[in-house]
Amino acid sequence: MVKYIIKRVLYSLVILLIVSMLLYLLIRLLPMDYVEQKFLSQAQQGTISEAELYRIRELYGLEDSSFLGICRGYWNWLTAVFHGDLGTSFLYNQPVTEVIADHMWISFGIALAAFILQYVIAIPLGIKAATHQYGAVDYTTTVLAMIGISFPSFFIAILLIKVFSLELGWFPMQGLQDANFSGSAIELFGNQLWHIILPMLAITIVSIGGLMRHTRTNTLEVLNQDYIRTARAKGLSEHTVIYKHVFRNTMVPIVTMMAGVIPSLFGGMMILEQVFALPGIGQIAYRALSQGDIPFIMGYNMFLAILTVLGTLLSDIAYMIVDPRIKISK
Amino acid sequence: MEEFTEEIIPERVPDEPELLPGQPPETPAEESIADKVRIISPTRLVLKRFFRSKLSIIGLCMFIFLLLFSFLGPLFVPWEETEVDYSGSHVTTVVSVETTVNEGQPDEETFTVYFIEEYTSTINAHASAFTYSNEGENSRLHLFGTDENGRDTFVRLMYGGRMSLMLSFLVVIIYTVIGIILGGLAGYFGKWVDMIIMRVVDILNCIPSLPILLIVGAILDGVGVAQAVRIYYMLGFLALLSWTGVARLVRGQILFLREQEYIVAAEALGMGPMRKIFHHLVPNVMPQLIVSMTLGLGSIILYEATLSFLGLGVPISMASWGQMVQRATQNTEILNYYVMEWLPAGILIVLAVLAFNFIGDGLRDALDPKMKR
Repeated sequence: MVKYIIKRVLYSLVILLIVSMLLYLLIRLLPMDYVEQKFLSQAQQGTISEAELYRIRELYGLEDSSFLGICRGYWNWLTAVFHGDLGTSFLYNQPVTEVIADHMWISFGIALAAFILQYVIAIPLGIKAATHQYGAVDYTTTVLAMIGISFPSFFIAILLIKVFSLELGWFPMQGLQDANFSGSAIELFGNQLWHIILPMLAITIVSIGGLMRHTRTNTLEVLNQDYIRTARAKGLSEHTVIYKHVFRNTMVPIVTMMAGVIPSLFGGMMILEQVFALPGIGQIAYRALSQGDIPFIMGYNMFLAILTVLGTLLSDIAYMIVDPRIKISK
Repeated sequence: MEEFTEEIIPERVPDEPELLPGQPPETPAEESIADKVRIISPTRLVLKRFFRSKLSIIGLCMFIFLLLFSFLGPLFVPWEETEVDYSGSHVTTVVSVETTVNEGQPDEETFTVYFIEEYTSTINAHASAFTYSNEGENSRLHLFGTDENGRDTFVRLMYGGRMSLMLSFLVVIIYTVIGIILGGLAGYFGKWVDMIIMRVVDILNCIPSLPILLIVGAILDGVGVAQAVRIYYMLGFLALLSWTGVARLVRGQILFLREQEYIVAAEALGMGPMRKIFHHLVPNVMPQLIVSMTLGLGSIILYEATLSFLGLGVPISMASWGQMVQRATQNTEILNYYVMEWLPAGILIVLAVLAFNFIGDGLRDALDPKMKR
């Protein structure tokens, strides 16, 4: 097992290396580099000379856009990463790791809240739908789940804003807290909680369907097993059968699925954060992307890639721990 | 998206005859009981099971409605996609302002002053639903009103639908073909071919697609690709990123099917690998592929809408559902007062994705031999 994990980790490192190469190449191909965008107006007015621009580019390490120059830039980035330094963000003038750490927790908090809400609603409903297959509950949840999946996140966000903040005025429209908020830490927390309810709802609506259907399918599969028939034949009450025998076995794939959501927990929601004007990592990354902030884009995308790799690895390991029948191949 | 069970669906294997009690025998009555049994081909069986589910019929109806709406609809609407209603409109805005005279004095008084702004615009912008253009005799109906540029919302919904549906079909077909070829090769040849292809799959799975598409969009702009064709490149790139699921599916199935007797028989007959892969193995994966393609259509529509939403879709003059919704986020006035300009577009996106999800789900159940109903 340990050997398998080590092998997987090493293999993941190679994958990440290649991913970073491709990313760097793509980013350096961006037509307007950061310096050009930042000094565009000065360059147009002629208040800054080509030589000065070149010097600034040199400072940022962007002076050479030939293939060799890009390779050298990548090498510099890579060696710095191995020294634990992701570089300094051009746009935010802070080490990339700090920018990520500063904004990650906002996204994480909202995503975690939505995630818990999802599990609390989806699992009981999914089990209910499976035990009453083809009944009214089953059809309603299936249809609602499908409708939820079919919503583009930005549309559900706009609908929620329109209904709950513009029409009913229950929740604030945008932002993480009131602009001129003053109060104790607890009041601040309450205020922020107030602000994240709509984003949380939006995430939940969009992603609850998948989990609900997953639960339903798994429960149905377990319900058809021989040991459930045995349990019923023993004369156990339906309640015990469902909540002890079926539920536990249904949880196996669902628990392992939890590890797979790591990227979406930490990675931020680029679109929702924009619509709701939340200063989470998704929005920060979107700004960095549109302005050619190379260290941050690299850092953020590698952060996402690492989370993806980690998520798959953890869910595989979780699967092996939970289900002893799974054998390591090779 | 969803996982598929690792089992074959006997598409080509003749199915067991199904007894239909309600069906009157077509043969003369003196024939034996065997003639009362009608043999149904697997395709018919699947179709029968598909149409038995209400949700799949609803999905199919929604899909047909959307097709007719977006491809035939413009013929019945008197407006064009980019046509601006220049018939003008009369705009009246009333602004009330509180003013205080003689502030601080004993005779302080507060008045409410109404400013009435009236002007006649040349463009019939933000016309409300069910209004007509001001063209006198032959004025034309704006069923859903107009947008801020005086273009008919209803007809733009249709053209947006054309774009979404066409593009999603295109992308799904491209990535499915890539997936079948690469997955087929990996599964059949194994060894280093499999190694290389599956490593590429792993790498692509790690690449976050939305940030990458944003970068690609910026690069395309910089290279000087015209706005009208940019979306094709973008979605082509999306296809290059999304074939991995199909490849995995095909590979897994082929690894399983390769050991089956009929492939051994094909081997014994001396068939070439290409013929074996594409004539014997791929058709057996078809059921799952059709399901994953249908579900894929929905997710590509969502992607296209998201790209349009981020301003990376079709040029502004052309219509697109995602872009129509996006204008509401840019302008609170539109969000608040001109609901007809963005709500129908959003609903149509949901309808389209929902239609494909219903159909895909229905097909999955119909093609699954384990399902009893």
